[in-house]
Amino acid sequence: MLAYLVRRLAWGAVTVLGVLLFLFLLFFLITTPDDIARKALGEKAPASVLEQWKKNHGYDKPRFWNPQHPADTMLVEHFRRMLTFDFGRSDADDVPIAERLRRGAGPSLSLQVPLFVLSLGVAIALSLLVAFFRDTYIDRSGVVLCVLAMSISSVLYIVGGQYLIGKVLRWFPISGFDPSPEVIWRFLALPVLVGLVANVGSDVRFYRTVFLEETGRDYVRTARAKGCGEGRIMLHHVLRNALIPILTQVVISIPTLFLGSVLLESFFGIPGLGSITVDAINSNDFSTLRTVVYIGSLLFILGQILTDLAYTWADPRVRLE
Amino acid sequence: MEGYVVSNLLVAGLLALGIFAVWRASRSRLWRDAGRELVRRRPIALTAVGLFVLLGLMDAVAWVDPPATAAQLAAGDAIALRKPRSLLDRLFPPDFEERSYSAPLADVEFYGGRPLRHPGRHLLGTDILGRDVLHLTLKGARVALLVGGLTSLIVIPLALVFGVTAGYLGGGVDDAIFFVMSTLASIPSILLLIALVMALGRGPVQVCVALGVTGWVGFARIARGETLKLRELDYVQAARALGVSEPRIVLRHVIPNLMHLVVITFVILFSSFVLSEAVLSWLGLGIDGSWGQMIDQARNELSRDPIIVWNLAGASTGLFTLILAVNLVGDAVRDILDPRTLKERR
Repeated sequence: MLAYLVRRLAWGAVTVLGVLLFLFLLFFLITTPDDIARKALGEKAPASVLEQWKKNHGYDKPRFWNPQHPADTMLVEHFRRMLTFDFGRSDADDVPIAERLRRGAGPSLSLQVPLFVLSLGVAIALSLLVAFFRDTYIDRSGVVLCVLAMSISSVLYIVGGQYLIGKVLRWFPISGFDPSPEVIWRFLALPVLVGLVANVGSDVRFYRTVFLEETGRDYVRTARAKGCGEGRIMLHHVLRNALIPILTQVVISIPTLFLGSVLLESFFGIPGLGSITVDAINSNDFSTLRTVVYIGSLLFILGQILTDLAYTWADPRVRLE
Repeated sequence: MEGYVVSNLLVAGLLALGIFAVWRASRSRLWRDAGRELVRRRPIALTAVGLFVLLGLMDAVAWVDPPATAAQLAAGDAIALRKPRSLLDRLFPPDFEERSYSAPLADVEFYGGRPLRHPGRHLLGTDILGRDVLHLTLKGARVALLVGGLTSLIVIPLALVFGVTAGYLGGGVDDAIFFVMSTLASIPSILLLIALVMALGRGPVQVCVALGVTGWVGFARIARGETLKLRELDYVQAARALGVSEPRIVLRHVIPNLMHLVVITFVILFSSFVLSEAVLSWLGLGIDGSWGQMIDQARNELSRDPIIVWNLAGASTGLFTLILAVNLVGDAVRDILDPRTLKERR
């Protein structure tokens, strides 16, 4: 087990290096620091101003090869800063990036955690229900509803939800955010609701397949032969065994909850990491974007490792060597 | 070369490719039966997909009218007359525009109430620039097919090559390809998409490339896994023992056994690409003329008073109908071709 853990962590570290290399490729080779400087200052900026901007933002070193100081290049600098979490300042407005991300994590979590818990609960409950009534009209219409729901763009859910609930029914404020505990729920209710509705179709369909796979197993037949009620079989036997495939879906997304949702946050004015990403897009803030992608990948890789570990814990048959 | 000529050639090439694919598939009993079964199960969805493809092709074939006569020049805009117009554009009158918003089938402008140039003829009204919404919506089909269809047509063969190479050769090649795949798979897909579009720049080709880079990994992984399995099967071993060359084994014995996965992946990637483009449009990174962009523009119209919904309705109906039809066809294709390997994926 320990050997496996060490190997898994080592592979994770290699992947992190791969992600960093990929980011270097994107933001130093395809879009060069010159391009970034020109986007920030405009097409007509004179060369001396571009050089000064690059110097101020730490883009003035040779990219790969520096004959005098081999270690003093953008490549080394990029890896060193990312790996030591020294993200520097934003390209657009010189705000320290680490500080900005730290402030964004709270609002992101306050949106994502309730959304995650609710989505999971609702999706599992609905899919258990649909799987319980398998091969009846309830099941079939459930599947049709899921396919219909999946075919609607998430963008449309946001526009529609905001218009209907925020503007016509006026149940909740249309957008905005206030972190004080008494009123925070009023601002979160609408995005959580919209996110829930937008996800529920594909979630239910996925979990339904998982449950149906389990209901065909021998142990279900045995339980039925012993005289177990269908309800008990679903809740006790099937749910428990289906937890293993569900776990892989769930654990991997736990660390990425910090990232928030790009669409929901930017549209409902929640100042989380998703909004920071959208602001970075709109202001050509490449250093912030780079950092968000890096942090996102770190969390995602962490999720993958946790998933593998959770697997051994949940399923005694799995022995990782 | 002019843009519209490239587009015409592309349509001709795609048509030839499509006819060839259908002809090849119809020679195999397996594919013929699968096709019949699909038609039997999903006649309506298939027709809908066919209509969208027809719309897309009609909008991709364009030509410039011969030089206009002096009388025509005097009547209309000389530059507009020299612009290439697609087959789809030609279904509408050449100057089918108003000055600004007008409601569906209205006789007067929405704001101000000035009379329209084409009273009562805009079935879905006009947008802020006075363009006919029905026309724009129909034109959106071409963009959606470009994003979903053409991108996956390019990406899937590449992913197949990488996956099969990795799985078949193993060793260092496998390690290298596997490393690239797991690196790309470790970046949350929405962030990867955003980073790619930001680095490559905005534009239709760039968006398609970004979608392709994000989308190929999943299928390459499946192809690699299947190849690993196929490589050890008896008939492959037999072919090897008979002295069949390695490239020939791959082409004759491995790849044909992956074709059903190719077809299923194509359908899955299609809808995911089109929906992703809508999200990118929302973030201001999308393609001009796509339904996503129409929806993005329409979000301000909902806060007007009185509100304007026909823009949003046109674009979202197009998007929803296409995705629904593709999803329905995709489900049937998956059931028919492969009940086991690919479970329902998200």
